Amino acid sequence: MAAIEVERHRGRLAALAIAVVVIAVGVPLWWKTTETYRAWLPVTQINQLAQLQLQLSVEVEVVFSRGTLTAEHQKKIDPTHTRLEEHPVDETTVLSYRYETRYRTATIMEEDALNQPTAAETDESLHLLSESPCGSVVIYVVPESTTLLPEGVSVYVGQRRTALLRAGRPMRVGVGLKEVLAHLETQVQQVLKVMSFSHSDITAALSDRVRLDYSSREGLADSMRAFKSSPGYEITFSLLNPDPKSHHLHWDIEAAVQSYIQPLLSKLAPVADFSLDSQILYYAVLGVNPRFDPSLNAYTLNADSLSHVINPVEARLGSSAASSNPVLNFLLYVPDARHSPLYITDHRKYTVVSNAFSSPRWGGIMVYNVNGTELPVHINIDMTRVMGVFLAQLRLMLGVQSSTPPPGFLVGPCGPAGLADWELDRLLWSRSVENVATATTTITSLAQLLDQIGNIVINDNIAEQVSAAVASLQLAVGQLEAGNLGLALQYSKEAILHSERAFFDPSLLHLLYFPDDQKFAIYIPLFLPMCVPILLSLLKMAAEARQRRRERQDKKE
Amino acid sequence: MASCCSLKVLTLFSLFIVPGAVESNNIEAKAGQFFSSGHTNNWAVLVCTSRFWFNYRHVANTLSVYRSVKRLGIPDSHIVLMLADDMACNHRNPKPATVFSHKNMELNVYGDDVEVDYRGYEVTVENFLRVLTGRLPPSTPRSKRLLSDDHSNILIYLTGHGGNGFLKFQDSEEISNVELADAFEQMWTKRRYNELLFIIDTCQGASMYERFYSPNLMALASSQVGEDSLSHQPDLAIGVHLMDRYTFYLLEFLEDIHPASTANMNDLFKVCPKSQCVSTPGHRTDLFLRDPGNVLITDFFGSVRKVEITMETINLTAPMVHLAVERPVSELKTESQSYVDQLPVAEIIHQKPKQRDWHPPDGFILGLWTLILLVFFKTFERGLV
Repeated sequence: MAAIEVERHRGRLAALAIAVVVIAVGVPLWWKTTETYRAWLPVTQINQLAQLQLQLSVEVEVVFSRGTLTAEHQKKIDPTHTRLEEHPVDETTVLSYRYETRYRTATIMEEDALNQPTAAETDESLHLLSESPCGSVVIYVVPESTTLLPEGVSVYVGQRRTALLRAGRPMRVGVGLKEVLAHLETQVQQVLKVMSFSHSDITAALSDRVRLDYSSREGLADSMRAFKSSPGYEITFSLLNPDPKSHHLHWDIEAAVQSYIQPLLSKLAPVADFSLDSQILYYAVLGVNPRFDPSLNAYTLNADSLSHVINPVEARLGSSAASSNPVLNFLLYVPDARHSPLYITDHRKYTVVSNAFSSPRWGGIMVYNVNGTELPVHINIDMTRVMGVFLAQLRLMLGVQSSTPPPGFLVGPCGPAGLADWELDRLLWSRSVENVATATTTITSLAQLLDQIGNIVINDNIAEQVSAAVASLQLAVGQLEAGNLGLALQYSKEAILHSERAFFDPSLLHLLYFPDDQKFAIYIPLFLPMCVPILLSLLKMAAEARQRRRERQDKKE
Repeated sequence: MASCCSLKVLTLFSLFIVPGAVESNNIEAKAGQFFSSGHTNNWAVLVCTSRFWFNYRHVANTLSVYRSVKRLGIPDSHIVLMLADDMACNHRNPKPATVFSHKNMELNVYGDDVEVDYRGYEVTVENFLRVLTGRLPPSTPRSKRLLSDDHSNILIYLTGHGGNGFLKFQDSEEISNVELADAFEQMWTKRRYNELLFIIDTCQGASMYERFYSPNLMALASSQVGEDSLSHQPDLAIGVHLMDRYTFYLLEFLEDIHPASTANMNDLFKVCPKSQCVSTPGHRTDLFLRDPGNVLITDFFGSVRKVEITMETINLTAPMVHLAVERPVSELKTESQSYVDQLPVAEIIHQKPKQRDWHPPDGFILGLWTLILLVFFKTFERGLV
């Protein structure tokens, strides 16, 4: 009897010990070994970034030349003035623009510069005096009677970051300083809308974060036309010669690219890397048959049929296999002898002067007519005209908006690089904002995704990239606030690079979807045979203990 | 989150109102078409998931859709074609280098310019999801990537053997509808598509689009849950079924579409009614923001480019800088080159046999000798005794 009791006691202890080991050691061990490795991510900072509050600072300098401001006004004027505009876009995005205006009078050297005969020369000599930093605008107020600006023109926008503003009527003597400044303020705002960013540009750049209301066709067309911000672009120039028997074409593409395209691309170097190549395709035809128009005595391609031209040609244009950068194709098509000359007509049946068309986010095609009586015709293609068209199309593709300036504005020629400094600034503004918006959405959606799907492994390198992206984003937002546009763009590009690398890391593939019934089906055959005896023995022990307690209570009574 | 969604829906409803307002004349209507679809390029991901010769019809299905999509204008660089097996060069194919889609071998869909991006064992669930989400290793070439952006319309066509909630890949693994829906959601968060059309031709195909939850998705399937998709007709010369019914009638419908056609999605939903298909094709448009009647077939199957006339040019005044090309004049006389004797036949013929290293005798030889010795000694023993 005692032996059985001892045996039973030993059995009870054994069952208890097994249960303790299973629960205390086994369960944590199983939990730890089936855990996926997830490196630490700065989640709080990422959630902070989800609420984007961008402040863009512009430094504006208003220089009064002689004769625009009376002496007493000069004494009373406040040298600095800050204007803050708040534009909440949606509940997570708030934009605020800060314009820091400095007022001063012109120096003697600037006065000399302003005495030049034409506005273009004034612009050039002003630029020689001082170089304004990236993102700033300098406005020179010239007297109303000045001869620099032609009649009816109140603002001349130069090649760099300067503008000449004709003083309005209230600048006369006898008017209070406040009215003068108020009138000036409205004019300065107009100038800034042209030379620096406008609210519509910035909200268009935020399209990744905010699904926008395209109330204007131009807005939608602009957003569809320009390429999205990318670290690099590939530009290919192709010469299509469908009739090599009749036309012997020679194009000096290297020289043309070096003289005309390369300056623009060098100027755009802070924005992205560009790689250029060129090719000549023989026997490449357009997919559409042009119609003969007797009134023009030429063949015409109507604007409606242009959309079917690109696809048959695209199959023959190559692209670099190694990079995944977007490709811009510029095609120069010389029509064959049977279909020469070939003109492009628009919807109203007028011929297009440039004889070229472009497709958003793809590139442009120009038709170059050659005339020669005796075949074969040897042609040296006039690259200046061709590059003029391609350069204009390239500017559109890269996002340099060419909206018509408001009335009274005269925009100067864009200079040797094909891009004015203020146009570059506008591009930098929208690119920085776009990069910041894209990087924040990428990081926040990555954090959300990793949160939602519990069994994706997060390696250390991903955590590193995410932290680097968050740091660069914070720096970029800070630089935008401080007004350093160049640094802001650099940091925003780094942020994009890190966030894209983190998001598109090949190790983040979620292939481990197990529905709950499958999970049970896997674990039950493993754990049930082990757990059932333990549970039953524990229950038995508990039942015995209860019974013993009841016996003891009965004994007591 | 809900208010953000409602804001998105509100802003996109206002997008519908705009094209309606500008339908003043025909030219404006065409321009309005430009803005209502909102896409600038088209991509197609066509996947055949089954291998083995008797699944010939799945490869033929995929190649027929590939052919239609190419004919309507999408270039090879924008098509990701995944074929799990090679039927054209299968040793059981009585007509090698062809894949027919109609009995009596009327239409060969394996033409001269079929560009298969993922072939054979490369077609796996992992690669398919990697293509969709963009998480490919950096060494992947451009032709194997889906480089779509936020203004791309993507057509995804899947065919193979499927069941309730899954699609079988390569007879060894499967993709579930939840994984597919998650992949589309990841594409949406990274804005990798503008609109997506998903077509699936498998048994119980409708189960694959049940779990979608991302916006701007339209889905078509060849059969409902619980139904089987059937194949069309066998070819007695080749010995297998050539096409599935749904894709056969889909191909017939697409042959009538040309790049300028104005057929819309409602016509596509009517393809292959129950009388022809035996199964009931289904579709899902609740996640799609535009009305299917306004969506052109060519928005997904073709690639109609939007064009703009170039109005402004830049007047370039600087003369061209002619690069002074100095090609070095080499005075060295290059020695005449000639090919090395490719196959030294003379050496091979007169070669002596190589001395091979001695190896201990093979198992068979050992066993044979042991047997012989045993027999010998046994008889010897017997003999002695």
